[in-house]
Amino acid sequence: MKITFDWLQDHLKTNLKEKHLLEQLTNIGLEVESVESLSTDNELFKIVKIIKTKKHPNADRLKVCDVNIGKNEIKKVVCGATNAREGLITIYAPPGATIPKTKTKLVSAKIRGVMSYGMLCSESELNLSDDSKGIIELSTRYGKSIGKNYFSKSKSNLIDLSITPNRPDCLGVRGVARDLAASGFGKLLGFNEKKIKSKKKQTLKVKIRKEKNHGCNVFGSCLITNVKNKESPKWLKDKLISIGQKPISAIVDITNYVMFDINRPLHAYDADKIEKGIIVRNSNSGEKFTALDNKNYKLEKGMCVISDHKGVLGLGGIIGGIRTGTELNTKNILLESAYFYPKSIRNTAKKLNLDTDAKFRFERGIDPLSIELGLNKAALLIKEICGGEISKIDIQKIETYKNKIIKFDTNLFEKVSGFKISTKEMIEILENLGFKIKKDKKYLKLTIPSWRPDISQEIDIVEELVRISGYNKIEIVNPIKERFKSTLTQTQKLFHFLQRSIASKGYLEVITWSFTDSKYNNNFKGGEKEIKIINPISSELGVLRNSIFSNLSIYVSKNLDRGFKDISIFEIGPIFKGSNPGEQSTIVCGLSAGKKNRLSWIDKERNVDVFDIKKDVIQTLVEAGYNSDKFFIDRETPNYYHPGKSGRLFLNSRKDQVAAYFGEIHPNILKEIDIKTESLVGFEIFLDNLRIPKKTLNDQKTNFVVSDYQKSERDFAFIVNKNVSSQDLKNAISVVDDKLIGNIRVFDVYEGEKIPENQKSIAISVTIQSSEKTLNDYDLDKINRLIIETVENKTGAKIRS
Amino acid sequence: MSDLKKIKDEFIIKLKGKLNLLEINQIKSDLFGKNGLVSSQFKKIGSIPVSEKKKFASELNLIKDELQDLIESKINEVEIAEINKKLEKEKIDITLPERSYVRGKIHPVSQTIDEISSIFSEIGFSVEEGPDVENEYNNFTALNTPDDHPARDMHDTFYLDEKKQKLLRTHTSPVQIRTMLKGKPPFKIIAPGRTYRSDSDQTHSPMFHQVEGLHIDKNINMGHLKGCLNYFIKEFFEVDKIKMRFRPSHFPFTEPSAEVDIGYEIKDGKIKIGEGDQWLEILGCGMVHPNVLKNVKVNPTKFQGYAFGIGIDRLAMLKYGINDLRAFFDCDYRWLNHFGFDPLDVPTNYRGLSR
Repeated sequence: MKITFDWLQDHLKTNLKEKHLLEQLTNIGLEVESVESLSTDNELFKIVKIIKTKKHPNADRLKVCDVNIGKNEIKKVVCGATNAREGLITIYAPPGATIPKTKTKLVSAKIRGVMSYGMLCSESELNLSDDSKGIIELSTRYGKSIGKNYFSKSKSNLIDLSITPNRPDCLGVRGVARDLAASGFGKLLGFNEKKIKSKKKQTLKVKIRKEKNHGCNVFGSCLITNVKNKESPKWLKDKLISIGQKPISAIVDITNYVMFDINRPLHAYDADKIEKGIIVRNSNSGEKFTALDNKNYKLEKGMCVISDHKGVLGLGGIIGGIRTGTELNTKNILLESAYFYPKSIRNTAKKLNLDTDAKFRFERGIDPLSIELGLNKAALLIKEICGGEISKIDIQKIETYKNKIIKFDTNLFEKVSGFKISTKEMIEILENLGFKIKKDKKYLKLTIPSWRPDISQEIDIVEELVRISGYNKIEIVNPIKERFKSTLTQTQKLFHFLQRSIASKGYLEVITWSFTDSKYNNNFKGGEKEIKIINPISSELGVLRNSIFSNLSIYVSKNLDRGFKDISIFEIGPIFKGSNPGEQSTIVCGLSAGKKNRLSWIDKERNVDVFDIKKDVIQTLVEAGYNSDKFFIDRETPNYYHPGKSGRLFLNSRKDQVAAYFGEIHPNILKEIDIKTESLVGFEIFLDNLRIPKKTLNDQKTNFVVSDYQKSERDFAFIVNKNVSSQDLKNAISVVDDKLIGNIRVFDVYEGEKIPENQKSIAISVTIQSSEKTLNDYDLDKINRLIIETVENKTGAKIRS
Repeated sequence: MSDLKKIKDEFIIKLKGKLNLLEINQIKSDLFGKNGLVSSQFKKIGSIPVSEKKKFASELNLIKDELQDLIESKINEVEIAEINKKLEKEKIDITLPERSYVRGKIHPVSQTIDEISSIFSEIGFSVEEGPDVENEYNNFTALNTPDDHPARDMHDTFYLDEKKQKLLRTHTSPVQIRTMLKGKPPFKIIAPGRTYRSDSDQTHSPMFHQVEGLHIDKNINMGHLKGCLNYFIKEFFEVDKIKMRFRPSHFPFTEPSAEVDIGYEIKDGKIKIGEGDQWLEILGCGMVHPNVLKNVKVNPTKFQGYAFGIGIDRLAMLKYGINDLRAFFDCDYRWLNHFGFDPLDVPTNYRGLSR
C-alpha cells in the first residue's frame, strides 16, 4: 500500500512532521517498508515527443532518436526499446537526472560510438509499474504538454506500507488516517460526503440471482449518461502519479482514485454495450470471456460473474471484460459498487491464477457499507470532470449487513497485556477507531465498524487497545530460572551425542535440503517408494529424499570438483518413507572419499576402506554407550552398497532393528553419478532404531568390578572355510565360559600358501582370567581344550598345529 | 702391606681408568667371580686364627663393599655415557610434519540450535519436535488459518498431494498443536527444526530453520513474552544491553501479535548488534489466539500464554557474520571449515555459549 503524507492530509489534520509519521505508522502496526523520494529529480523528467528514429549505425538493436524536449529543442537519444517510433509521446530523463529504479545518475555518453543525451524511460525505470518491456507510451492528449514536467512538484515522499492481511481498511488512505488519529497523531477530518441528487431512474435492470454459494450479496449501480471521457485534470493526475500510478483517462483514474482513497473498488461499464441488463450469477461450466488483461478465460461452474443477456461481462470483484470496457469515446457509463464474498473471490482467483488490485482488496474484505459512498464520490467526480447526467443509485441486495456486537470485559486488557489503562482511555481509543460504545457495569458493549472484518471477539479488542496505546508500554517481566523438566529427552540427547561424536572423527557436518534430484535419489532409495513434491522449485529438487546419500554424493562430487581429494562429510537429519506425517526417520549419514595419509612422508598412503568407516560407526556407538561385545554384523545391505564390502550392524544378535549400515558405495553408482575419487565409503546410523539403554550411564558406572587375579593370554590359530566369519569364531569362544573368558581379539587372517583352497587361517588371542582365584596350569589347559573343541564343533574349524 | 690392601689399591687404580662395559665386567669377575680375588679371600677366613679372624673379616667386607660400589658407579657412568653418545646420533628434523589428522566440524546452524536450547533450558523450556511432513490441518487450520484466509498466501507451500492435504511444514508452529494435543497445560517448550517454503533467491532458501517457542500457563501475559525474548536476545548475542523494539503485526495464530526488531549499526564494515539506530527484524510472536487454544482443547478462559518463531539461520548469520544464506546449504568444504565449530565446543551455560 503506497501513500504520501500529502494525501494523508486530505483526511488528517496534524502539525507533526513526516519523520514522526514514519515512526508512528510502524508503532501502530502499519509497517513502513520503504520510503522513496520521488521529489528530488521530479522536475527533470519531461514529457517529450520522438520526431525521428534512425537505426544505430553500429548496433542492430539500437535506434538513434531525435526527441523534441519542448520549444522544438531537439536532443539525440540512443534507445533500445522496440516501441520507440516516430510520433510517440513519452518521458525523457536528461543528463543529471537520477533514475528512480536504479538510483544511477545519467551522464551524456557515447553508446556504441554515438553520443546520447539522456534517456527515454520505461515505466519500471520510473517505479511506475513493473513494466519494462518498452518505453512509456503516453496518450496523444499529452501532445499539448511537450516539454512540461511529467511529475508534479510534490515534496511528499512515497511511503510504502506493508499492510497485514487482517487490515483491509488500511488499504485506503482514509483507513490509515483513522488509525493515526486514534493513536494521537492528529485529528481525523470529517468525511465530506456529497450525495447524488437526481430524479432520473437507473434504467438498466440489475438482478442478483440467489443461488447456492452465491458470491455477491449487494450490487449498487448508477448510470452516467452523455459523458465525455478525457485526460484527467492535473490535480488528479498528480495524485495518482504521487503514489506511483500511471494516469490513463478520467473515468479510470477516478475509479482508481476512489479505491486508493477509501478502499472502495468500483467498476465502470460502457452501458451501451450491455445487452438488456445485468445479471449477477454463478458461472456455468465452460463459459468463456475475454478479460481486460486481453486474456481468454474458461470458467468452471460456480464462479461469481457479472453477465448480461448475451454472456459473461466480467468476474465480479476480480476483473472486468473487454466487451463492455470503457474507452475514450464511451458516452454512457454504468458504475458498479458491490460486495463480493472474500471466500468466493479467493477461490475463483486461485483457480484462474488471477491477481488484481480489486481481488486483493475484496478477498481481504471490503467495507460492506461503503457501496453508496463510493458511487456518490465517483459519480460526482465524473460529472464534474467529464460532464453528463447521473441517475439515482440502484441497490440490489439479497442479504442485509448487520454490524457485529461484542461484549468486552475491560479486565481482560490487563490480564493479557500486563499493564493498565483506564476505561476512559479505552473508550476514547475505540471511539476514535469507529466503534460505537455502550457502557455497562462491567462490560463495554461494542458495535464493530463495518470496515473491520478482522474483529470478532474480545481478544481482538485487546489487540486494538494495546496497539494504539503502544507496545512500548508493555512492562518487561524477567524470566525465572527454574527447570521443572529436563530440557532434552534421551533420544534428543542421543541425537546431539551422535552428531558431535561423528564430527569428532574428522567429518564436516553439512545440512542439505530434505528434497533432492530424483535421478540421484533413485540410486539410493533402496526399496522405498519415491515421494514427489507437487510444486517443486525445480525438477532437480522434485522428490523428498529416501536417503541422505543422494545429497551427500552430489556435494562430495562438487567438492571433488573444487579440487579437494580427501573428503569426509556427514549429515544428521530426516529421510522419508511416505507422504504422511511421521513417515520419516532420523539418520546419521556420512560419506568419506579419497585416501588416508595422502602425501605423507612417514605413513603409507592407502585408499579409505570399509574398515575405516566400520571403525567410525562402531566407535561412535560405543561412545554413545552401546556394548560392542554384543554387536552382531552380517552382510545384508541395501543395493547401493558394494555387495561384498559392506555390513549391517545390529546392537545384539536378536537382530530386531538395524542399527547401521556401512560399506563401500556400489561401483555401478560411482560410475552412474560419475564421481571421481579413488574410493568412496559411507555409513548410515538409524537413530530411531537405537534402543535407549535401560541403564543410564550413571547406573552403569556404579557397578565397578575388576579382578586382581593374574590373567593369561592364549593364542589360537584355526583353519576354517572361507565363508565362516571371524564373528562366528568369536561368538563360539565367548560362550565357552563367560566367567573366565575376557577379551577376544582377531589378530591375523591369512589365506594362500600352506592353507588349503577355499579355507583361511584366523588367529585369535583370548584373555582368560578368573575373578575368584589365580588359574593354575590345569585350569588353563581345561579351558584351552574347551575353546578348541567348541570352535571346532560349532564352526567346522580345525586348530592349526 | 697385606694382600687385601694390595688388591684394593690395585683395582681402585684400574677402575679409575677409562673402561668399557666389557672391561668392567671382566674386573667384576676377577674380583667376585667364583675364583675371584675377593671371593678367594673369603674362603680363607676359615683358616685364619681366631684372634685375627674378626679383624680380617671386617676389613675384607669393607673392601668388598668399596669395590662393589665403585664397580656399580663405573657401570652406571659408562651406561649414561653410552646413552648420551647414542642420543647424539638420534637427532631428527623435528620440524617435519606430524602424522596426518583430520578435523571434523559442526555446522553453524547446529551450533546455533544448541546455543538456543542452552539459553532456553536455563529458564525452564524443554525441547519438542515434530515431523517435516505435516497435514494441512496442523500447519494451517488448527493455527486459525482456514483455507480462505489470505494469510495462507504469505506461505509459499510445498505440497505432496493434489488435494493439498499433505505438505512440508511452512513453519515450526504445528509443533505447538502437536504438543498441546498430546499433553495438558502448563506448556513451556521450544521446537527447533527444518521449515520449507517454495521461495528461492539470494535471501530465501526453500529450506530454512526456525525455532518455535510456546509458554502457556494461568497468568502468562505480554510482559512475560517481552521479558523472555529480551533475555534470550541478550544471552544469544552475548551482550549486556540490547536495543529491542516490539511492534504490532499480524499472525492468524496469535492475538495480539508483534514483530521484534533489534537495533544494530555497521561499524568498520561489521554489523554490531544491540547498538545504533538501524532496526533489523528478527522474529514474530504474540499471545496464542484463543481459537488455537480451543482447537487443542485448552480452555482459553483458564489458560493463556505466548508463542514465538525465530529464524535460526538468520540468527546464525547475524552472530557469526555470515553474509549469504544460500551458503549454509551449499556444503562448500572451505565454507564448512571456516564457519564450522569444533565438536568439543558444546555450548554450555557455565562455560559460555561461544569462545
